[in-house]
Amino acid sequence: MLGTGLLQGLKVTARNLVGSFHDPARMVTTQYPEERTRLPENYRNFPFLVGEDPADPLGTLRCVACQICEKECPPQCIYIVMERDEKGKAQKRPHVFDIDLSVCMSCQICVEVCPFDAIKMDQEFEISTADRFTGLLRHKEDLARSNAYYHQLHPTEATAVDAALAEQKARQAAARAAKAPAPTPAATAPAPAATAPPPPAAPAP
Amino acid sequence: MTALAAIALLTLAAAAIALALRDLIHSALLLIASWVGIAAFYLWAGAEFVAFAQVLIYVGAISMVVLFAVLLTRPPTGPATREPSGRAVPGFLAGGAVLGLLAGAVLSSPLPAGTGAAPAFGVRELGLKLLGPHAGALLATAALLTVALLGAVVLAAARGKEDAS
Amino acid sequence: MNPPAADPLAAGLLERLPLLARDALTGALPEPWRWWANSLLAILAIIFVFSSLFALLTLTERKVLARVQNRPGPNRAGLPLTRFRLGGLGQPLADGIKMLTKEDIVPRGADPVLHFLAPVVLLALSLLTFAVIPYGRLLVPVELEAGVLYFFAAGAATELALFMAGWASRNKYSLLAAMRALAQLISYELPLLLAVVPVVLLAGSLSTTGIVAAQAGWDLGFVPRWFILTPWGLASFLIFLTAALAESNRSPFDLPEAESELIAGHLTEYSGFKYALFFMAEYLGMTALAGLGVTLFLGGWRAPLPFLDFVPSYAWFGLKLLALLFVFIWIRATFPRLRIDQLTRLAWKFLVPLALLNLGTAALWALTAGWSPALQPLRWLGAAALVAGPFVLLGRGLTAGLRPRTYRFA
Repeated sequence: MLGTGLLQGLKVTARNLVGSFHDPARMVTTQYPEERTRLPENYRNFPFLVGEDPADPLGTLRCVACQICEKECPPQCIYIVMERDEKGKAQKRPHVFDIDLSVCMSCQICVEVCPFDAIKMDQEFEISTADRFTGLLRHKEDLARSNAYYHQLHPTEATAVDAALAEQKARQAAARAAKAPAPTPAATAPAPAATAPPPPAAPAP
Repeated sequence: MTALAAIALLTLAAAAIALALRDLIHSALLLIASWVGIAAFYLWAGAEFVAFAQVLIYVGAISMVVLFAVLLTRPPTGPATREPSGRAVPGFLAGGAVLGLLAGAVLSSPLPAGTGAAPAFGVRELGLKLLGPHAGALLATAALLTVALLGAVVLAAARGKEDAS
Repeated sequence: MNPPAADPLAAGLLERLPLLARDALTGALPEPWRWWANSLLAILAIIFVFSSLFALLTLTERKVLARVQNRPGPNRAGLPLTRFRLGGLGQPLADGIKMLTKEDIVPRGADPVLHFLAPVVLLALSLLTFAVIPYGRLLVPVELEAGVLYFFAAGAATELALFMAGWASRNKYSLLAAMRALAQLISYELPLLLAVVPVVLLAGSLSTTGIVAAQAGWDLGFVPRWFILTPWGLASFLIFLTAALAESNRSPFDLPEAESELIAGHLTEYSGFKYALFFMAEYLGMTALAGLGVTLFLGGWRAPLPFLDFVPSYAWFGLKLLALLFVFIWIRATFPRLRIDQLTRLAWKFLVPLALLNLGTAALWALTAGWSPALQPLRWLGAAALVAGPFVLLGRGLTAGLRPRTYRFA
């Protein structure tokens, strides 16, 4: 009969209206600035630099300013100047490490190519700014985060990276101990194999 | 009396400007304004029912017919075309003839002179009059309108068949 | 239960409270001035009450629609310049400020006079309709013998404003929407009026106070004699409700401003305060129609049960009005928009014949009013059959050949 469908529709909307007041499962909205949902572990958007010391990540950066990421970056948003002392000797530390977030495309290639696990992907997404030129340009002071922070964002991946780094360090120590009496250029032979790129962000088992 | 003068002035002015304007839509809207003026006159004369019926029928319905006719018969935008002035003479002749006919009918009908208080004449009395002494006229009008409506439907249906074939 | 002796005094005082307040304000004026002052006060009160109702209604509508879709709705704007959010109660204020501060754009090719006049005329006409609605036992702004006719006369002229808006914008979408709106309004004016005629017939009066007076009294001691509680009255009310939705351009009949087809319809070229005026006129028109529906079918300001008479009458009117407005919002939240051919078919093939047949039923009801109590069940059954039969048959005709759509290439 005409009208039964209309009544059915009205019933459905009424049930939703009443249910939204007493059934918390219906109201799925997160009131964003006050409440936040936990981001998935595999979420990533922009890179940051890993430092070892939680108290001073900037001083303990893993980065050696090798500039591989700078060369690999497809949109060329990374700019690195190696630190040198007064005599011009390279210090294996970045003097300048800039990432232009307005150019970065979140491809994670810098992370994949880094031999030192020094650059990882951050989860910070609130980067809006009133000044699109300098506001989106991040210097190493802004980029430096501790390894603990990395553990907080991507626990599985960070543990794997830490394990790989520890293993590599142990192997280097063993090699150094074995070759200690006769230090030859061969001592560095195992190193390149050990510093192979870490496994990319594998989904947590 | 000043109220009556103001109403009459507004009604007549609206009608006169409607005649003079070149833009047909503006003319139609001013014509509607003059109908509202007539309704205001009815209201002034104490004939509530007639006034509201006038607004409901003329301003609500007939105006739409006029506007639709204007919109459907000529492009809504573009410069207003000037009508050949030769039509003005027969137009004035026809209008004058209607005016003369109506004026003659009104003047020759034996109306009581407007002295003394107007009788209290409500909706109920109006209805009784319409369905009592004037029932024949009402029925004739109703039949005429129904026939016109049916004719329009038949014409539209025939046109639709042509389009479909 | 309250002692009955205390009731009339309290009811009388509460009932007369608005009038007492008015007299306190204007009592000192000399007699010829007093009438003007009282009228002005009534106009101001209507404008104030219904403007605030409009503001709250926009918020309520958004909230209810959101809740139906399991969202919280607007809940940010609260007390200005503070951190109190009050569940979004400040939203109308924020909307108003936004509308007022926006630029008023008049298209270059537009007709500036008509473009300006359209919202003004529309709002003025929708405010005029509030004059004849009895808000309470003693609260009738204007007593007119042909009150219902006045209401529809004022309402009918809104079509003209719509046309002016559409034509003056010099925009093809506006013009098309205006033509569509006119076709829709004319189509639905007929069932709206035909749904009201039985009420006038049974009440024997065209005045709104007379119609409310005709719904006085109780059947069996507690069932109110509202017109909606009779077979023909229910049918009339449903037809009235449908036609009122269409007349106020509400969903599911909001074709004149169908966003997907006509941008914003006749509002396309309006911005800022003029747009706000249109919006306000639309809601005021809806409120006025709901008020008329309450007056005609729901007993106006009368209490639903005898012992509830101590509550002042205007409170009952307000409650019924809000309930009917909620039904309007509920319907908007539920039904999708009709197509233009479905719209006109519904009006001409279903509502108009149904309303005409219902007029016959109402006439029969009036003729059989003198039947003895023994024959009353027969009268009720006959009238119910006369209402339900055509509804089923016409409904079958309307939905004949319709079945759920199958998508061949989806």
